[in-house]
Amino acid sequence: MSQDDSYFAARDLSMRFGGIRAVEGVTFDVRKGEVFSIIGPNGAGKTTIFNMISRIYTPSGGSLHFAGQDITRIAPHRIAGLGIARTFQNIELFSHATLLQNLLIGRHAHSHVPILSQLAFLPSVRQAEIDHRRKAEEVIEFLGLQRYRDQLIANLPYGVRKVVELGRALCIEPKLLLLDEPSSGLNVEETEEMGFWIQDIQKDLGITIIMVEHDMKLVSAVSNRVLALNQGRILSMGTSAQVQSDPEVIRAYIGGAPEPAPEKEAAI
Amino acid sequence: MRAERVIDGHASTCLTSTHNERCDGISSTPKGKRAGMDELVRLVQLAINGTAAGCIYGLVALGFVLIYKATEMVNFAQGELMMLGAFFAYTFVGMWGMNYWVGFALAIAATAAFGYALDAVVLRRVIGQPQFAVVMLTLGLAFIFRAVAGAVWGYDSVGFLTPFTNKVADFGGGVILGQDNVSIIVGTVILCAVLYVFFSRTPLGIAMQASSQNQLAAYYMGIPVRTVFSLIWAISAGVSAVAAVLLVPVSMIDVNMGILGFKAFAAAVLGGFGSIPGALVGGIIVGITEQFAGRFLPAGSMELTSNIVLLAVLIVWPQGLFGQVIRKRV
Amino acid sequence: MRAMFRTSYAQDLLLARSPAAWGWYGLLMLVLLAIPHMLGEFYVGEMAGVFVFAIAGVGLMLLIGYTGLVSLGHAAFLGIGAYTNAILLTKGVPFIFSLPAAGLLTALFGVLIGIPTLRMSGLYLAIATLAFGSIVGIVLEKWHGLTGGFDGLAVPTPAIFGYVIEGRTGVYYLSLAILVAVLLLAMNILRSPLGRAMVAIRDSEISAQSMGIHLAFYKTVAFAISAGITGLAGAAYGHYTNYLAPDGFGILLSIQLVTIVFIGGLGSLHGAIFGAIFISMLPQAIALSRDSLPFGLGRLPGLEPSLFGIILVLVIMFEPAGINGRWLKAKRWFGEFPLHRRAAFRRQKSYAKSERLR
Repeated sequence: MSQDDSYFAARDLSMRFGGIRAVEGVTFDVRKGEVFSIIGPNGAGKTTIFNMISRIYTPSGGSLHFAGQDITRIAPHRIAGLGIARTFQNIELFSHATLLQNLLIGRHAHSHVPILSQLAFLPSVRQAEIDHRRKAEEVIEFLGLQRYRDQLIANLPYGVRKVVELGRALCIEPKLLLLDEPSSGLNVEETEEMGFWIQDIQKDLGITIIMVEHDMKLVSAVSNRVLALNQGRILSMGTSAQVQSDPEVIRAYIGGAPEPAPEKEAAI
Repeated sequence: MRAERVIDGHASTCLTSTHNERCDGISSTPKGKRAGMDELVRLVQLAINGTAAGCIYGLVALGFVLIYKATEMVNFAQGELMMLGAFFAYTFVGMWGMNYWVGFALAIAATAAFGYALDAVVLRRVIGQPQFAVVMLTLGLAFIFRAVAGAVWGYDSVGFLTPFTNKVADFGGGVILGQDNVSIIVGTVILCAVLYVFFSRTPLGIAMQASSQNQLAAYYMGIPVRTVFSLIWAISAGVSAVAAVLLVPVSMIDVNMGILGFKAFAAAVLGGFGSIPGALVGGIIVGITEQFAGRFLPAGSMELTSNIVLLAVLIVWPQGLFGQVIRKRV
Repeated sequence: MRAMFRTSYAQDLLLARSPAAWGWYGLLMLVLLAIPHMLGEFYVGEMAGVFVFAIAGVGLMLLIGYTGLVSLGHAAFLGIGAYTNAILLTKGVPFIFSLPAAGLLTALFGVLIGIPTLRMSGLYLAIATLAFGSIVGIVLEKWHGLTGGFDGLAVPTPAIFGYVIEGRTGVYYLSLAILVAVLLLAMNILRSPLGRAMVAIRDSEISAQSMGIHLAFYKTVAFAISAGITGLAGAAYGHYTNYLAPDGFGILLSIQLVTIVFIGGLGSLHGAIFGAIFISMLPQAIALSRDSLPFGLGRLPGLEPSLFGIILVLVIMFEPAGINGRWLKAKRWFGEFPLHRRAAFRRQKSYAKSERLR
């Protein structure tokens, strides 16, 4: 893939925690408008890569680029302004706020009203609030969350919270959406619905998606390309079918043939 | 601590409650070469005084840290537990005339039982509430304990005779220390050794470590976690009782002696709140800094200095000196 | 339950939830304005005290209840505000300037303590603010030339545009005015992006950053606003007591302020008001009931702090949502009568969530 094609790129990315190499020498490109999935067994380093992109961790080596800009070391709160949104594996919603407030917080990156105006709640602030509310309502409608609008997150079921997490990310109006295990904890029906939403987000909203996932059915259904990781290194990259039939990938998930048992010393 | 006396024009805090002319062997007329030697001896005395005071702070801080490591509760009533331990000891040894060592042991047992009951009756019910709520709870308990102690034992200062009161130990070279200070330091060392062996070698101690690191896994292993936590409270209270009794030769017992808890708390924070050795190191740092500040800085600036030092340390090491930086895995 | 029919987004931004609510609050305002004409001087003075604590309560609530930053040294801000106002008045600065100056200077101190503590979390922040509070208290004591030290400082009577604010009635209206202004400010904050950013920081810092919230900036702003409001409370406090002594701004007052926020109900402005009422009335209530307590308990010294402690313990064990929590439950009960579900507010037994990881 040429440099021009690459909307998002990781170059020789690595992350070390003390002696542990969580991610080592990872390089990949994501094209604009595609759904790019990252798969791999537990501990492969998938969420670590996401955490590096959203700047929760600083990479030990390598670089990250988005829309031509080097984002390896920018401040964490600037990621949203660049158009990158993410969901979290274990749901990081604001549990003592309502659903609507969570979505409105998602609009923060688009809020440019000075603090003093907010303290006085000037008409400009009021108008901005109404605009944000309108945008949040669009997301609520897209995801069908109307009946939960004014409820505290702490009172909502898990499946709904996963969807709210997605909605909050959408409120950022991202260009790049990072989905961290969107189907974990969801039943079959909910997973299918999540799949439809991912496709809608790609087609209707034109958002590029990078997804970490374990559910192979979902991966096959929505992904354009897949990257397989194991123990921090790339195993394989290609279409979903290619990667899933790669013998290296199969070995990483299922394990190879067992070693023959060593000769035991004769018992006394 | 108590008994501020003025020697050579400087306020010097002596850790004895006696009215001896000599304060830990400091000569009152230094001159020439002898002045240099005396100055050195004086510095050693300050360091020892500071270490002894620091051991007390450290033991109370240890009580904090034991509870915090296990249950993440901050016990703002730790100083008051120490106060209760002191009053129990006073009742046994001072009022009922028991043998010092028997009374000591009984006081530890009584305070430990009280700590156990406290957890079982009150604190178990607030599991699951935010940390801030528990802080307020223990603050409320501290007020209650003070009032109850005042009602039972009165508001006057009391004390009782120990084997270490008013005695000195001669270490040669002009270094003469009060046996009270030495007993504090030695007692602390012994207690820490006992605790170390307990936590690392005995099954119960290991169960406690397990419960503090991972409650759920401990339950799975068949460890009765809630009982174990109550036992940790018992140990923490017992440690505070030890600190209280060690303190008796040096300071009077009264209802407000729990104020020490704040300094011990600062010591625990300094050391990094989850670290047991950190608590002791923090305590000793606080104790020694106090002594030297009292000696070398203008009178009355001790409290200001200790607060500034505390703030400064936290700014540079927001997790305390030995604290671990814990990050959430998302 | 009353059904609310909304027809525009602007309706959700209004200060009161419904026309009925406007009515009730309006009535309350009228009653409060009329009180000095109805009750005696003593009660008017007591209510002025409630207002002062309510102002400080709102300031602290914004910090603890909404941003999740615990401060155990807020009495320092009360003191800074009180002394700034009083000192400027003694130098002849008109009250119309000394009051906002007190607020602004205190806000600056808020920034001063907010910035170094940005990296500290929970427990350590609480200790750092405790140390800060102590330091300010000691400085107020020692800086004899500025504050008069232990001799104290008499607070001059203020005047606005020639109209002298004197007596208990004057202080009453003054603190009521400041309280209303501060409440409006707080409500504006809570319905704008700033308020949401604060709540986001309280609930999940990592998530907040991913939403574009600059942690350092917003934490500092929260400290500044909280300190500023508390500074205004301090200025009013000075006129309430007429005489400032530095030992009145120590750890005990800080604990009282935190108790106001806590017993009132974390995370609600109503809570700050309820808490202030409660804390102000407690000494009176204890004094009144002293004689009727059994076993001669009323004659014991140290009754007040012990009752204070008992109340704290009972509140946390049985109603951690504070007075506001009870108030909401009661409203709900009356609103749904007779169809109230018993399980509606039952607390779940939950495991202890680790606060080391936020």
